Amino acid sequence: MVYNYIFIGLLILVAAAFAAGPLVAVALLSPKKRSATKSETYECGVLTVGDSWVKFRMQYYLYAILFVLFDVETVFLYPWAVSYGGLGFFALIEMIIFVVMLLVGLAYAWARGALRWL
Amino acid sequence: MLEIIGLIIKISIVVGVTQGAVAYLILVERKIAAFSQDRIGPNRVGPLGLLQPIVDGVKMFLKEDVTPNYVNKPIFILAPFLSIVTAMIGFAVVPFGPVGPNGPGLFDGPIQFQIAPGIDIGLLYIFAVGSLAVYGVILAGYSSNNKYSFLGGLRSSAQIISYEIPMGLSVLGIVLLASSLDLNTIIQWQDKNAWGIFVQPLGFFIFLICAFAETNRLPFDLPESEQELVGGFHTEYSSMKFGMFFLGEYLHVITVSFLVVILYLGGWDPPFVSLGDSGWLMAILKVGTLITKVLAMIVFVMWIRWTLPRFRYDRLMELAWKRMIPLAIGNTVVTALILQLIRR
Repeated sequence: MVYNYIFIGLLILVAAAFAAGPLVAVALLSPKKRSATKSETYECGVLTVGDSWVKFRMQYYLYAILFVLFDVETVFLYPWAVSYGGLGFFALIEMIIFVVMLLVGLAYAWARGALRWL
Repeated sequence: MLEIIGLIIKISIVVGVTQGAVAYLILVERKIAAFSQDRIGPNRVGPLGLLQPIVDGVKMFLKEDVTPNYVNKPIFILAPFLSIVTAMIGFAVVPFGPVGPNGPGLFDGPIQFQIAPGIDIGLLYIFAVGSLAVYGVILAGYSSNNKYSFLGGLRSSAQIISYEIPMGLSVLGIVLLASSLDLNTIIQWQDKNAWGIFVQPLGFFIFLICAFAETNRLPFDLPESEQELVGGFHTEYSSMKFGMFFLGEYLHVITVSFLVVILYLGGWDPPFVSLGDSGWLMAILKVGTLITKVLAMIVFVMWIRWTLPRFRYDRLMELAWKRMIPLAIGNTVVTALILQLIRR
């Protein structure tokens, strides 16, 4: 069983070599004519004011937290879905309870305005 | 030993074909764009512009690779690297043709048209690897030290993680029906019963929309949106590093098209006829059917790009959280209920 994962490991090595190749090649091949203006941060011709790592919208953070919750719960449903054929009626009830809890969480976030993009 | 040699041959074929396909997909995309806008498109290099991808590739290497002064250099270089690696390793579990004990024989056993044929959690693996793709984008956006890049990276990560949830939920329906996470078993189930699109129309629809969002294609290309963010997360990238992001994006389009075809359009099962199990002819026909469907799917993705306008960002998030997630959960529950009723 573990043996099969060696295949994936080998593919990752090949992919890494394939991705590193162009980076090395371009370092050797491409012309280098550095200048002060060229090395500035690109901003349509004018110089950048201040740091670029600025404060950003709170909502991105909220969505990230919600994502962690929902993604983990989705993964819990996978083994259930695979073995559903062999489980009885009770598995359905259990899943519905689980999903209702999921939906209550979503409804709460919705009602509190966490999903509203201001 | 033979197995390892076979594996190396398989990996080189898959890598070679996908890279070549990406190069030509860019040409196809430009031709389709030209056709949609009543232009001619690239036609100067070679007959019908067929040598254009080669010229483009050479140009990528010969352009100056500018690294601005203020970037976080290690991460700046790591980002395009990651975006290619994560796009490529998804192919490990994608079946390119029939997999099983009845395949056409060569050397000491049947050929398996899959890089890692023994893995029975293919779908889970693809989602796991697919969610790594967000790192390339967000690291590029963060390390560039450019406001456009930063905004593009943030938007992209929020978009990708939001659409990952309905995507994961929408396939539960087909997993319930086939009782397996193995892509090849799912195709066999569809071959015996009915294509996923007929038994899971809503799941198909949600999955398709999420697939567009996950690959940052129009109408969901907000991370790049040229008119607002110059180039989004890759504004500061030039030369081959810029090319690598494109390579990664097109590789994702190919993976996602394979997934749509495998999960919902019957995989290597052609419409109306049923192919036999064994022999070289059947295997070649199956591979041909699968590749044809995938190419049709890719053309569909490009066609959509020139048909629909871009979403507004709040609408995009609303669509994911307020429409798709409840719909996908509902789809799963209804599928489970119907399965339970049928079993009675």
